This record gives sequence, C-alpha cells and structure tokens, in this order.
Amino acid sequence: MNIRSLLLSSAAAASVLFGAAAVQAQTAPEGQSPPVGTDVRSTLSPGLHDAGQAISNLTLEHSVRPAPGFFDPEAIFAPPTREEAEAARARAAAVEAGTAEPLPPRRYSPLAMANSDMAMSNGRLFVGNFNGFNAYDVSGDGPPELVLSVVCPGGQGDVSVHGNLLFMSVEQNRARLDCGASGAEGDVNAERFRGIRIFDISNLSAPRQIAAVQTCRGSHTHTQVPHPTDPNVLYLYNSGTSSVRKSGELAICQDGEPGENPETALYSIDVIKVPLNAPEQAAIISRPRIFADRETGEIAGLWKGGKFGVAGQDTAQTNQCHDITVYPEAGLAAGACSGNGILLDISDPEHPSRVSELFDPDMSYWHSATFNVAGDKVLFTDEWGGGTSARCRTEDPHSWGADLIATIEDGRLVGQNFFKLPAAQGATENCVAHNGNLIPVPGRDLMLQAWYQGGISIVDFTDPARPTEIAYFDRGPVGERLMIGGHWSAYWFNGRIYASEIARGFDVLKLAPSEHLSAAEIAVAERVMAATNNPQTQTRPVWEDHPDVAQAYLDQLTRSNGIEAGLRERTRAAVEQWRSGRVDRRRATELSQALAVVPETTAKADATRLKALSELFGRVGRGA
Amino acid sequence: MLTGIVFALVAGPGPQSPPIFNPGAPGQPSRVISATEAVDLSRTGFVEADVRFMQHMLVHHAQAVEMVELLKSRGASQTVRRLGERIAQSQDAEMALMEEWLTARGLPMAAADPHAGHHGMVDDPNTPLMPGMLSPAQMTALAATSGLEFDRLFLEGMIHHHQGALDMVDALLDDPDAGEDPMLSDFTTSVTADQSAEILRMQSILSEL
Repeated sequence: MNIRSLLLSSAAAASVLFGAAAVQAQTAPEGQSPPVGTDVRSTLSPGLHDAGQAISNLTLEHSVRPAPGFFDPEAIFAPPTREEAEAARARAAAVEAGTAEPLPPRRYSPLAMANSDMAMSNGRLFVGNFNGFNAYDVSGDGPPELVLSVVCPGGQGDVSVHGNLLFMSVEQNRARLDCGASGAEGDVNAERFRGIRIFDISNLSAPRQIAAVQTCRGSHTHTQVPHPTDPNVLYLYNSGTSSVRKSGELAICQDGEPGENPETALYSIDVIKVPLNAPEQAAIISRPRIFADRETGEIAGLWKGGKFGVAGQDTAQTNQCHDITVYPEAGLAAGACSGNGILLDISDPEHPSRVSELFDPDMSYWHSATFNVAGDKVLFTDEWGGGTSARCRTEDPHSWGADLIATIEDGRLVGQNFFKLPAAQGATENCVAHNGNLIPVPGRDLMLQAWYQGGISIVDFTDPARPTEIAYFDRGPVGERLMIGGHWSAYWFNGRIYASEIARGFDVLKLAPSEHLSAAEIAVAERVMAATNNPQTQTRPVWEDHPDVAQAYLDQLTRSNGIEAGLRERTRAAVEQWRSGRVDRRRATELSQALAVVPETTAKADATRLKALSELFGRVGRGA
Repeated sequence: MLTGIVFALVAGPGPQSPPIFNPGAPGQPSRVISATEAVDLSRTGFVEADVRFMQHMLVHHAQAVEMVELLKSRGASQTVRRLGERIAQSQDAEMALMEEWLTARGLPMAAADPHAGHHGMVDDPNTPLMPGMLSPAQMTALAATSGLEFDRLFLEGMIHHHQGALDMVDALLDDPDAGEDPMLSDFTTSVTADQSAEILRMQSILSEL
C-alpha cells in the first residue's frame, strides 16, 4: 500500500462525498448518508429510572435494574450540587488549615459500577461490569433471572464464555490478582493484575478464578478464536491499550519505540493459547507484529511519522488495537486499531497477518469492526471522545464519531460511506457509535448497535451508498447535567435484543414488523439459535429452508421493486402453497429456473436475493 | 475501613437473589460478601499525583483551545481548520470532565502553587510550562504568522503539545498508586487514544502542506 496515494484518494473521496456538506448545513445529497436532524429522541425528559422513552419498530419486553451490590446507593452517578461542592471545598481548605479532619479517602466514582459488554451461553446472559459480572437466566419467556454475581474490580469487564469458562478483560491500575481492592486489610495477596482473568463457572454456587494471564498493556478487550482443527485448544487475541508495564513487574514487557527497542511491547497484539483440558495453564504464545510494513518488515510500518521527515523522533501512533472481530469461517479478522482499520488473515490463528489497511481523515479513534454475513463488508465504528462526551449534538458532524462502512474488494478494504445516529442528542447525553452485532436476516446487512445515551439503533447497510435506520429505542438523559450513562452494547442473541445500560441495568427488546422489516424476515432471524454467542467471534448464520425464508426474500424484492410483477405473483403463490403443505415440485423447479434469469438492470442486492430464492425453490423442487 | 457512609437502607441480596461472590487469587476459593461490601470494593481513592495531573491537564488543554482560536483567524487550509475544530471540541469536553472530577472531590481547579513542579517560567519567557506546551514567546510567534506558515507552525506546535499530553499520562501511570479512580483511568485511556490518532493525522497533513 502506498500510504501517500491512499491518503490522496481518500481525501479526494472525502471532498466529493462531503465537500457539499458543511458542518452546519448537514445537507444530504441523493445517495449519501442521512444527515443528523432532530426527532422525538432529541427532546426526551431526564431521569434515572423514569426518563422519557421513544421507541420505533421495537417492543421493550423487560428492563432489568442493576443487581444488588452493583448499585451505589450513596450517590449514584450524580455529581454533587453546587452547595455540596462548595461545602466540600470549604472542608478541604479547613483540612489543609488543620482545623478539620480529613475527608474519608474512598469515594464513589461514576463508572465504578458501569455495566459494560455482554456474552451469552447456554441460556444465560453474562453482563460484564467495571466491578465484576452478573449472569441471568434468559432461557424462558419471563423476566431475566439473576443467577450469579461476581465482584472483581478492575474494569472494563469485557467478557466472553466458552463452556464452563468465563474470560474477563482487566486493564485498570487498581486491579489485583485476588479480586480485592488496594489498601484492603487482611491476609490478601495484593499483587497488581492487568490482563485476562479466567473463571470456572461450572458450579453457580462456587465460581472460582482459576487463572490470570498477565499482559504488558492490560486487556481492554479480547476475542476468542477457535482452533481450526483441535477442539481442545482455544485462542484469545488480546488488545491492550494501557501504558506498558515495567519489566520489573512483568519480565516480558519493554517499552519504547522500535527504533530504540526492537523488543518493544508496542506494535503487537497478544495471542494467548488456552488448553481447554488445563485452562490454568493458559499463556501468551506469540505477540505478532501486525502493524509491520509488508515490504520492509519494519515493526512500526503503519504511518511512521518520521518517514515524512517531520519531527523525526515522533512516534507512529497506530501501535495498538482497540478491538478485533474474527470471522473464522471467512478466515478473516477485522481490527479497529487506533489510526487505522485493518484486515487480517487468520487462517493460521497463531500468526495473524495484516492484508489490508484503511485510513480516513474523519475517523478519530477506530473502535470496533463487524463483518456482514457474506464477509465482503466491514462496519467500523469511531469512538470519538471515548464514550464520555456528548458527540451527537447537531453541531457535531455526521462523519465524526460515526460508523464507517467499508467493502472488501479483491482482499482490500475500501471505505464507502458514513452512518451516524440520525437523531441529535443533547449536551447532557454522552453519545457516540459503540458496540453491536448483526441481526441475521438473509438478503440484508442489518447492524444493531448501541450509541450510549443515544440509545440503540438498527441500520440497514446492505447498500453502502444508502445506509438507513430502520428501528430504535432511546431514553432521555440520566440527569439534568451530563452524567455518564447509556447503552454500552446492544446485541442480538437467540431471537432477542439485549442492551446493557451503564447506569440503569439492561433492556430486553423484540423486533416489531414495519415497512422496513416484515414479519417473515423477523421470524427467520428469530429462528437462528446458537448455544454460545460471543459477539466478536462471528459465526455464519444458518437459515434452514422454510417458507418464511422465501417470504423474507420476496418481501425484500417487493420493497425494493426488484422483481417483475408476474414473477412476484408466482412466487407469492408458491410460498403460500409451501406454507400449507401443498408443494408442487415440478412447479417449484420451474419457478426456480424463472428466478434464475436475472435482468441486467437488477441492483446487486436484488440479484443476490433472486439467486438465493431460485436456489431455495430448486431445493424445494428436488424435495431436498 | 470506610464505614461512616454506609446506610442501613442498603439492601443486601434479597431472598430471591443469589449470593455475591468475591473470588480469590487464581486457584483459591471464593468468599461470599454482602451487597454493602460489594459496593465498598468498587470505591476508590485518589492520590496527590492524580489531582496534580487533572489540574495541570486543565491548563494544558486550555492552551490547545487557545491555539485553535488563533487558527480560526490565521489559518489557510480547510483541512487544518476542520482538524482544529475537532481538537477544540474534544479538549473543551475533556476540560468539563476534569473540572467535574475536581469539583466532585471538593478540590480546587488550580494547584495551590502554580509554579510547583514547573521549570521557572516567570523570569525566562522562553521556558515551556508543561510537557509539550508552547512558551509565551512561542505563542506570540504563532500569533504573528498567518496563512500557510501559520498552518505549519500550528501543526508542529500541536503535535508537540499532544505528545506532551501523552507524556503526562505516562508520568502519572508510572506512579503505582495513581490512576485508580475508574473515571480518571478511563480519561487517561481516552486522552491517549484520541491524541495519538490526532498526532497521526497531523503528521500526514503536515507532510502534504
């Protein structure tokens, strides 16, 4: 990749796409991403548990409050009033003057018990938290039932599950090996820990920490990668974003730029190997230099500032990944890595290698990546502001803190368009693009996603030139002032939407049919089941042949006017016959052949749907 | 032990809730704790280094915002201007967060002794304040230019400025007792992430000027 030409091409693309869209105007020429405007979500009333709500094409089934022990009754995420603050300042002055006792050393802190990322396994929803994690039984139709609470402070609580093992990412300075707090008394082992913890959760009455894999830069997030052939081995890709630990604390860690120190812990990710029959032996087995320049092998190969002759000693700052999503069935992983989005070949999971990278001037901090089902698109998110700032206001450009939709063409990432939550949020709501996953509807690329206090939103990015929001749920701000809250993650698991809320607990929602999404499409998505779901380890959904699948494609083709009227009628009739059990195999085969003849003017997405429909009726015709 | 602030109102796990576990070190058994203890484990303190970091970073950020103010009337390139907008918005918001953090703890915005920890600035107008900051003389020089020359000086200065912020974060985290507060911890990660990416961006713009 020629860095310079890529920059010029993306700058040229930027001026074409966004040249006309001034920051204030937020105009959207035809075929562009929708501008940020205002709607009912922009003026909802504030409140912790009684905020105003707005919902579209979704049904809220349950709202679950934080578990006991994960809610600070003293001052829940609320800064003091001016009077209290002044009193506190007066007291601090008095303490300095020696006329008053010092304030108690330990105080609440917002984010101390923030609910964060989630995973699902065996009918249980695991909700990570900066102070540990909770597990809920969600296998029935009733409200989720709390079945396990574990307190182990250290943030950010990114969790994943494999069988009876739960993995948790830890990066904060405060974390200790023994899940204690610093300064705690008693015979506790107060050693510092930053990395990935492994818990045995086989017995809900006796969960245990069985391993703690230390890493050089802690663990902000991690991703499970299955071994291609050996079921006894599980890999974890670790993304650490904190400062490097001292070698004295962890011998394998060294700091510095590669020019000074080729053994630097920067410019790599950790690959941890977990032997599933002896998980306590989990260890780092490699730290691949995924940012290396492909030609020269230079470790800091991406955006080496010195190369341009500017301030030669300055660092190239893409030296860490925030999150990596793997799609093992496609042999690929997409990394959101500070200044770049990258594509990795993971056919040899112990040695991932970078095959393409993307830069865009409007992306501030590449945060997450999600593949579409076909594996030919990646939706990257930009967490401009880190999630604690209000970045969805009308004055915030719609290409900042948003989703960047890219396609993969001949193995290379090509940036296409931006999408941002189309309803502006207030200055008291921290808001920016955050975590989500796909809703498995065949024939479409649908991303469900959290936007912190922007709520949750579902975007159709099947056509990158026209990303469209099709459903949402939002609450008013947590408080009258900016108080950190909102949805951290929104995931589709086994037929439902689960959305963790930093301050309020989590919500369970259901899709509702609309002009944008038919009952058949929803039925097909709801039928996709998996025993385990770790969102950063994507799996290809399997849609069993069923009249709903055919109806779903037909609904899509009708919506986009992508099927000729006569053929549409024939298909509709065939689906009805199939549904009532009166399949005429010969006619199904004939229909399959008719559908296979795709007019040249057909849009790409519609051509794909027609082909899939044709193949489906082909199978019906064969009695397969 | 922190007991003074515990309210009797705090409900422990009800009859329907499972016990709350606090695991031990790897290989060790877990113990059961109360909801009150769980909440207590979440609470963190802060040290002098944390406070100084926030107070100093406020000054540091304020200068970045000042530099962008100059950019509005003296800059030439649209690209640099847009980048400046983003920097100013980010740093403004971060300043509000830092002020909030200090206020919530009853702490002053400015360090009691503004010269504490700095190199003697008063006498020598060419000595910088904090890591990466422009000295008063450098700010004056910046304000005296315009057009392409301003853009170049601005970018060089801001890159240096951002690097200084990263150095301040590194220095803070060098202290084993510092950075325990989750908000502060999260904030340092954000500063590192945002400003690292911005340095990248500025270096490439500079190379194209």
